[in-house]
Amino acid sequence: MTPVIGVQHVSKDFKEVKALDDLSFCVPQGSVYGFLGQNGAGKSTMIRILLSLIEPDDGEVNIFGLDLRKNRKEILKKTGAIIEKPDLYKYLTATENLKIFTVMSGMKIPEKKIMEQLEKVGLAERANSKVKTYSQGMRQRLGIAVALIHDPDLIILDEPMNGLDPQGIADIRNLILHLSKGLKKTVFVSSHLLSEMELIADHMLIIDRGKKIVEGNVSELLNPKETNVELETLNIQESISEIKNSMWANHFEKAEGGKIILKMDSDLIPQFIRDVSQMNIAATSIRKKHSLEDYFLSLTAHHDVSATAN
Amino acid sequence: MFQLLQIELYKIFKRPRTYIAFAVISAIILLVQIALKFGGEEYVDLMMTGAKETFDIPVHQILNGYLVCFIILNLLLIHVPILVALIAGDVVAGEANMGTLRLLVSKPVSRVQLLAVKFLASSFYTIVLLIWVAVLALLVSIFLFGTNQLVVARKDEYDIISTSDVLWRYGAAFIFAGLGLITVAALAFMFSVFADNSVGPIVATVCVIIVFTILTQLQIPFYDQTIKPYLFTTHMLGWKGFFYVRGEEGVTIEGSIEHFSQIIKSAFILVGYTAVFLTIAFWYFNKKNILS
Repeated sequence: MTPVIGVQHVSKDFKEVKALDDLSFCVPQGSVYGFLGQNGAGKSTMIRILLSLIEPDDGEVNIFGLDLRKNRKEILKKTGAIIEKPDLYKYLTATENLKIFTVMSGMKIPEKKIMEQLEKVGLAERANSKVKTYSQGMRQRLGIAVALIHDPDLIILDEPMNGLDPQGIADIRNLILHLSKGLKKTVFVSSHLLSEMELIADHMLIIDRGKKIVEGNVSELLNPKETNVELETLNIQESISEIKNSMWANHFEKAEGGKIILKMDSDLIPQFIRDVSQMNIAATSIRKKHSLEDYFLSLTAHHDVSATAN
Repeated sequence: MFQLLQIELYKIFKRPRTYIAFAVISAIILLVQIALKFGGEEYVDLMMTGAKETFDIPVHQILNGYLVCFIILNLLLIHVPILVALIAGDVVAGEANMGTLRLLVSKPVSRVQLLAVKFLASSFYTIVLLIWVAVLALLVSIFLFGTNQLVVARKDEYDIISTSDVLWRYGAAFIFAGLGLITVAALAFMFSVFADNSVGPIVATVCVIIVFTILTQLQIPFYDQTIKPYLFTTHMLGWKGFFYVRGEEGVTIEGSIEHFSQIIKSAFILVGYTAVFLTIAFWYFNKKNILS
């Protein structure tokens, strides 16, 4: 099946900064495609290229099997997007904003459908209030209504959960899942909320300094044959020496704080748990450590990631 | 295209700041009209100093709606461009500042179309503003002061235009002034395309207008040949040409214009400036990375 988005060897420089460096990836139809990277990794640049806001220096971008350069209008008709924060006309009402962007999308949509769209995002009661009176969460929801009003097949969301409270984040998560699983839309979503991406994305791409680090199916990437196991203990020195003198010595990776990290085949974990209970180790917990966040951190470890992995 | 233009106009006329220009113009015109209503005859005396004896038109007839409109236009048409810059300088940069430009450019509308619609909307606003000036300066002045012959003071002579020969001249002058203001709108629009907030383009346009106007009005012979003929602000004053008439044996020839070819030349120069400003704007916007 032709991927909805096909990016081939795309590069983009901004003066001396290489924002994207020979980046290639494919977004399968109907997937939620997570696009991960630290701040400044090149995510927004790539999203802007997909939306024709920036021309790449090199490479090809195909969307719906069409060359973006030659078929820009046709592609954008079937694409909806939120780019960074959903900035709209604050001096206009939600209804007026939706009408404007409906016309800009080349559609004729009846008033009734506009109201339905506002109902879907929970803004029907404030339809005629000026956007400047909206909270951040309401603006985000209106931005989503604008992105979806023309019923696009591809939805591109750049950090859609930014600035939202937990309920708002849950709403967006459910909406993305509904769009993908319920309505069979393709959703391309960038976010730094890694735990959220783990919940919604079925494919993902991690980039760093404009380069692809890894791309693939989330379940496969997060459940590799070999995984990290984190052993938390009250007697760290004795525990290290116990492990180093046992058959698990070759699996030892490092110790940090009160934790020992070992790398092993997933099948060996039950035996490791049994052996630990026989050793002089005051274990308080043993857990498989391979969340998306860990994975992301391990791949981009050369940077200070505290800002992105919160 | 028409729907896109409607949207642009809707956005412009929904913004409260759009009406600042209308309020400012109304205030200035009404203040001038009030001043001339109560002290106009002294003003006319001053204007006619040294020539009063040669005129058989009484002062109260010289001070009529047509003259008041001419005085207002002389005052205003230097400052209206600044008000035009408020909107035209904001039309693209303001969208970039609000963050809506990226949303607009990511819609299935070509950049050329988007920019064309924005310039047409700015021009429409300019024309509406000019019509507002015309209504207040001409119609209200006629209502307050009545009509009579128009006496236009020049350096060392006076043109007297008969009552029936005035209105078409105002029509032509307003059309010409519209051309000049659209040139200013194109300048502000060009600056707007380069910027990501509207303060820069508005200030840049106002600075250009102020510097060019000062140069236009400097009475230094060296500049008369070297700089002034190339400044668009020089040619924006071409509207006055419609009130400079030819005469034979001291009698004004009705319907005549003294230097019609000069007016046409000025009009072409203004169109040329507008074309250059727009070409630069479209060229830059088409290749611009939308990062705001």
